[in-house]
Amino acid sequence: MSMNNQGRPSAIPAASAGFDGVTGTVTGNRGLQIEEPLIFEQDSAGRTGVDLPEVPKVASRLGAVKPRAGVGLPGLAEPQVVRHYTRLSQKNYAIDSGFYPLGSCTMKHNPRLNEKMARLPGFSDVHPLQPVSTVQGALELMDQLAYWLKTLTGMAAVTLAPAAGAHGEMCGIMAIRAAHEARGDKARTKILVPESAHGTNPATAAACGYAVDAIPATADGRVDLEALKAKLGPDVAGLMLTNPNTCGLFERDIIAIAEAVHAAGAYFYCDGANFNAIVGRVRPADLGIDVMHINLHKTFSTPHGGGGPGSGPVVFADSLAPYIPVPYVTHGTDGFALVENAGDGPAFGRMKAFHGQMGMFVRALSYMLSHGADGLWQASSDAVLNANYVMARLQDVMTASFEGPCMHECLFDDRFLKGTGVTTLDMAKALIDEGFHPMTMYFPLVVHGALLIEPTETESKASLDQFVDALRALAERAKSGDAAYFQAAPRLTPRRRLDETAAARKPVLRWTPPVAKEAVAAE
Amino acid sequence: MRYLPLTEADRQSMLEAIRAETVDVLFRDVPEAARLAGPIGGLPNHMGELEVERLLGAMAAKNLPAGAVPSFLGAGAYRHHVPATVDHLVQRGEFLTAYTPYQPEVSQGTLQVLFEFQTQVALLTGMDVANASMYDGATSCAEAVMMANRITRRKKAILSGGLHPHYRDVTTTDARFIGFEAVAMPPAPTGGEDLLALVDDKTACVVVQNPDVFGHVRDHSDLAAACQAKGALLVVVVTEALSLGLLTPPGDMGADIVAAEGQSFGNALNFGGPYVGLFAVKDKYVRQMPGRLCGETVDADGRRGFVLTLSTREQHIRREKATSNICTNSGLCALAFSIHVSLLGEAGITRLAQLNHAKAVQMADRLAAVPGVELLNDGFFNEFTVKLPKPAAAVVEDLAKRRILGGVPVSRLYPGEMEDLLLVAVTETNTEADMDAFAAALTEILGAEVPA
Repeated sequence: MSMNNQGRPSAIPAASAGFDGVTGTVTGNRGLQIEEPLIFEQDSAGRTGVDLPEVPKVASRLGAVKPRAGVGLPGLAEPQVVRHYTRLSQKNYAIDSGFYPLGSCTMKHNPRLNEKMARLPGFSDVHPLQPVSTVQGALELMDQLAYWLKTLTGMAAVTLAPAAGAHGEMCGIMAIRAAHEARGDKARTKILVPESAHGTNPATAAACGYAVDAIPATADGRVDLEALKAKLGPDVAGLMLTNPNTCGLFERDIIAIAEAVHAAGAYFYCDGANFNAIVGRVRPADLGIDVMHINLHKTFSTPHGGGGPGSGPVVFADSLAPYIPVPYVTHGTDGFALVENAGDGPAFGRMKAFHGQMGMFVRALSYMLSHGADGLWQASSDAVLNANYVMARLQDVMTASFEGPCMHECLFDDRFLKGTGVTTLDMAKALIDEGFHPMTMYFPLVVHGALLIEPTETESKASLDQFVDALRALAERAKSGDAAYFQAAPRLTPRRRLDETAAARKPVLRWTPPVAKEAVAAE
Repeated sequence: MRYLPLTEADRQSMLEAIRAETVDVLFRDVPEAARLAGPIGGLPNHMGELEVERLLGAMAAKNLPAGAVPSFLGAGAYRHHVPATVDHLVQRGEFLTAYTPYQPEVSQGTLQVLFEFQTQVALLTGMDVANASMYDGATSCAEAVMMANRITRRKKAILSGGLHPHYRDVTTTDARFIGFEAVAMPPAPTGGEDLLALVDDKTACVVVQNPDVFGHVRDHSDLAAACQAKGALLVVVVTEALSLGLLTPPGDMGADIVAAEGQSFGNALNFGGPYVGLFAVKDKYVRQMPGRLCGETVDADGRRGFVLTLSTREQHIRREKATSNICTNSGLCALAFSIHVSLLGEAGITRLAQLNHAKAVQMADRLAAVPGVELLNDGFFNEFTVKLPKPAAAVVEDLAKRRILGGVPVSRLYPGEMEDLLLVAVTETNTEADMDAFAAALTEILGAEVPA
């Protein structure tokens, strides 16, 4: 049995037969951590959690299609369903429960007012194809959100259609392509993307049929302007740049970058994933940006929800303003109107069904109104202050990759772990046992073993201090030669490290009824 | 500011720790010309909850909620009753405010939900496996076409005229910019189109919708066989996921990929979004799938657990070689879908689907009895098309004035075309009184127009 450095066994021994070998309890539960089987393993035929009226007796009219024999879903009563999902929820870390400094992801507080507003029946119970005369308030909300986004970015136009940040990137690159094509310029086959970019940037450019050419970084973590200039030419359609960049740094040369891009006849796409660092203090239009997406789920606090839904409006400078997708809201003679068909104007096409992520628009506008111009100024100031504070307090025990000041997030690499046998991953897992969600690991790719910390403005100083103290102690512990402690972490979670290699080698992507499993095994 | 915990004293002591005089110093890398001197102009200052509620409440009050009146709107978004349990559970902070489950040890809740969601979608569609969801049905459809291109190494998609025009437009927009051919057939409101004849050895896939945008239900087994014979894939789109509770599922008809909209389960109308795209495939195509996948594995103690898997397809690993640029799924909407489907269970889903169909049959008969109205469908699920003796858009406006949301004019989806056609959807939320009111109002509106 392995022992930790305090001499206690690292796993609880089974008391005797019938007890769980891991927890020592009969059930496998540990107090508030309750084991929960799959919902399919709790089935009882005929049981349901929804009472429905009798089906009227009419002859069915399904044409040539037969009714199916059955679906194979389990039956549970409502209390069982409530307990199932409640127990599952308790196995999640969340911003509501603790500090979530996941760099580049912006885990800030999600105000509940926004949830309440999105659930007003006038927004949530409105069909996208109702007569426009019955949805004037919904169109007004979209128009207001568009006004805020244009004012905050200084840009000329906005589309609210894209469903997420990456979808917004797609929209922006399509606009760039449409603009070049409209001029008859078909020679531009390349998009330039810095090495530090989010993976979505090269994936988007490639999906839109462009070759991707990487721009190297300078020693201070920024785009190498000279290298960029050397690559710019008549074959370049545009540059995709994140600013502040993924190292948490502001691109000092951004205006010179924009000028060089424009001089080459290309467009400047900005990945606005980090707009939260500067919102209300800097307008992207003043930096020479032509087009930028905005993640409402980052900068404007709409909930991440375990991976979505996002919302990725895109703002356009005059240069690209004619090239937007449908739909969009206009001011008509009888109030607001909705342009829904590409044939009705210069729009380049359509990104998704209906009008965009309305539920997210309501939440984002609720956030903007709550903050106002003064509150947004303060929010970005505090976000940057918090990140610089964390960086300053960790600098002597960890290795910051670049000199500060940083913007909304600070980047460390794994040089401070050299020779300890502890990796960035181990460090992250040890933080979990301390009650924190880890920072982003191994991104950006431009530094070795990256640890990217984004505190956001909604953390108190006490919360930052506790995190910093834990991380300092862990860094010291790693350097003291206690690698085994880290490699065994996390110990206190509902599950310990999971075997991701096995999961990928022989993927099990769904539950299969036991009978079917046996039949497969017998084959 | 209620969302900002730092006090002035905190800020001062933190600046001291950083050795910066002011916060402005931290913004020194921003070119001076681009630094605003103070809060941005043209916007109001911060507001309390009460003020925000007043402003947004006033906007909400200008809309006519579908639930406030008899409502028969469909065309890809359906008003179903969502049990109270669904939203209660969705709003648990541990689900609502978690990120993508990148750290599986503290994300088993989200991961198990996704694993169960994938299983539910696979069962409903009759397919082998499903992913952890897409943005919506229309983007699912476009991704299905691109996946078919990858699998067949061909670049031509044939889109049925029964495909929802928004789905068609998203796919043709992608086709233009991504570089493949999408042949869109003309709309066929009375049914019938010969897609078989169009499939050739350059065809990557045929995309059909079932029930189609006009409400027709069809058996696509023959088309699936024909596609297979030519080395093409059959993509089946479903915009009303509840139909999967009653109709032979696409998997049993031989579909290779199913791209569907899951809004009907657990998700409110929300004026069109956010919704939840469903994406299911045959086993052999798993590694060509876009989007996130959750898989089963074991932890260091040998216990069952779940992780995101096969991420070598995805953009954060593969960058420009990824199968798709997608970075998110529609997590919360997938959760809502999953809870609603769990509550319904086998017995509930069958009954709810039967209820929708039976009510639609009743409504179709009521409308067909209105003088001058003609029902265009033989087979349908909960939505059908009627031909009116005058433009449907004007009729719908007139109905709205009488506080009835009487369906979607087909010309809203096809500007300038089929102006006399009206799409009518009926769900369990429609009462006998709703149906009577609709039929009576329509009779009245059409009264003066019907030729003797």
